[in-house]
Amino acid sequence: MTDTSVVHPDQLTVDQLQIAPSRRYREVIIRYTLVVAALVSVLVSTLIVWSLLREAWTFITGVVWADTWGQRGWFPRRGLYDIPTIVVASLIVTGIAMVVAGPLGLGAAVYLSEYANRRVRSWLKPALEILAGIPSVVLGFFALTWIAPNIVGHIGRTTFLVLGAVILLGYAAISAGLARTKIKQYREGTADPSARIGAVASIAMLVVVFVLAGAWTLNVWLEFVPNNAGSLAAAGIGVGILTIPLVASISEDAMAAVPDSLREASAGLGARKMTTASSVVLPAAISGIVAAFIVAVSRAIGETMVVFMAGGAADAARFADSPMEGGLTMTAAMASLASGTDSVVGEGLTFQSLYFVGLLLFLITLSLNIIASRFVSKVREAY
Amino acid sequence: MSMTDEAPRLIERPVAASGEATPAPGMAPLATERDVVFQSQDVSVYYGSFRAVRDVTFDVPKNEIMALIGPSGCGKSTVLRCYNRMNDLIENARVTGSITYRGTDLYDERVDPVEVRRRIGMVFQKPNPFPKSIYDNVAYGPRVAGQKKGLDDIVENSLRKAALWEEVNDRLNDSALGLSGGQQQRLCIARAIAVGPDVLLMDEPCSALDPIATARIEDLMQEIKQDYTIMIVTHNMQQAARVSDTTAFFTADVRSENDTRTGILVEVDTTQKIFSNPSDERTENYVTGRFG
Repeated sequence: MTDTSVVHPDQLTVDQLQIAPSRRYREVIIRYTLVVAALVSVLVSTLIVWSLLREAWTFITGVVWADTWGQRGWFPRRGLYDIPTIVVASLIVTGIAMVVAGPLGLGAAVYLSEYANRRVRSWLKPALEILAGIPSVVLGFFALTWIAPNIVGHIGRTTFLVLGAVILLGYAAISAGLARTKIKQYREGTADPSARIGAVASIAMLVVVFVLAGAWTLNVWLEFVPNNAGSLAAAGIGVGILTIPLVASISEDAMAAVPDSLREASAGLGARKMTTASSVVLPAAISGIVAAFIVAVSRAIGETMVVFMAGGAADAARFADSPMEGGLTMTAAMASLASGTDSVVGEGLTFQSLYFVGLLLFLITLSLNIIASRFVSKVREAY
Repeated sequence: MSMTDEAPRLIERPVAASGEATPAPGMAPLATERDVVFQSQDVSVYYGSFRAVRDVTFDVPKNEIMALIGPSGCGKSTVLRCYNRMNDLIENARVTGSITYRGTDLYDERVDPVEVRRRIGMVFQKPNPFPKSIYDNVAYGPRVAGQKKGLDDIVENSLRKAALWEEVNDRLNDSALGLSGGQQQRLCIARAIAVGPDVLLMDEPCSALDPIATARIEDLMQEIKQDYTIMIVTHNMQQAARVSDTTAFFTADVRSENDTRTGILVEVDTTQKIFSNPSDERTENYVTGRFG
């Protein structure tokens, strides 16, 4: 409802409020340049996945599937593609890496976020970041020339059993703690039905992992063979060192996101620092800590150079279920196959097997990363 | 444990405010004989080399509500946090002078701040329930102190005292974060009460609440003061006038030559006197709205 009788002494025209033509073209050019930049990365990823799928498909349709199971060894140039060999080696290396990186990374995170004063933090955090910046080839060399003879080489039968028992008990204690809260929720009926299913599933998973790890430890102990050259254990410890900063920094971020008001509330109720950390900060940051562990697992499975150098196997390996033996992980299998001047030669599907393993690896890390990002977004929701 | 359980001693000196900038002329003795919980003497608080508050001296009577008022940046919260050694949590913070709690120096090197905080509870400006169930929030303090049995009773009694029981008794296992702001703050009061303290420090407990929730908390303070000594920092002068028995007025001493602000205590007196006939001109200017 414009009152037409109103006079505007300083009348504005549309022209005066228009964008200058030259400026308008510049904006358009900027816009499309940025769109192209974004599209290129999407395009490249799509092409990579496409080529991965195409060659992997050739393998999947061409391979004799009976030969991928029970051959007890990965000899791609001879047409023996025993997938359990490389998957089990990857699991062993990842497991050892997490046993090293989990407690150390989480401990560092708790120290940094709850205990360290500003002065200590100002040098400790950068030091951790430097550790993250060490090229994995350097760590691989270190694992082969130092960790293998000086740490793994000193592990005897008894030491292995003691270490295994300590780790299993630690794992059992942590899972019992986690399970207790879940069971409590379950019994009180506070959790919604889907959460109940999740609780049951996660408890079952914790138990299954415990039983499997226990049986495996016992088995390794029974058939124990010392080894001070390259081994899955040496590679696993090396990968663990590599993932410490990852666990530490993501967990620390999650703990730092817990508001100080909760720490003050806890302190005000007469809680000591460790109680505040374990009863308030860790539960509040649990999603981020779980995410840190998943990202670390994904990184450990995908790590190549350390396992390639220190894993104690060249381009082929017999099935190994003991960390003291040399073995070939999925990544090391790919790297060893693709390296060398003769490129990839061998029996018909050797070249394609590389893509198949790559696809397997890609799917594993992709699903782990999706799960991790869900946990991370859950952290953001909470505060 | 260096703190004794002996009865609070009676003192026979007037509750006085001092400090170099505050001669407090003609201040009438507040009372000659009454139970005192805290006595502070020349308390200064430093953050690094910055002196945030200086030379605060006053007594806190037992089973009363004492309000700390004053303009922003005058250090009232800082002073409050000295009484349960909350400033210990801040890096670089340092407290000088002495504060005694029931006759024992709170800052004696043998005193464990954790023990202090179990006796002197605190409610914060923003409601800060833990992301746990209502029950677990209230049971947190007793559990931390090692108690395992009788938690149900403690939770119920604390929630009743905090006037929250009727509203939440059918959903104790729900997350505390689902409560309204006012309910959350009463939950925080219940949580503080559950530890069984004898003093409650409240740092602007109503500043994040609407007037109805504020009124509930003020009523609650009146109800529980027979069991607890309460110190409350408030920005709201009407609130101080409504709820408190004694009032301490703080202001900021601005030094223009080096541009620093230091909190100082101007005067302490009965609330009625502070708001009707204060001894100090600065107090009068503040309470009548001419300054601050």
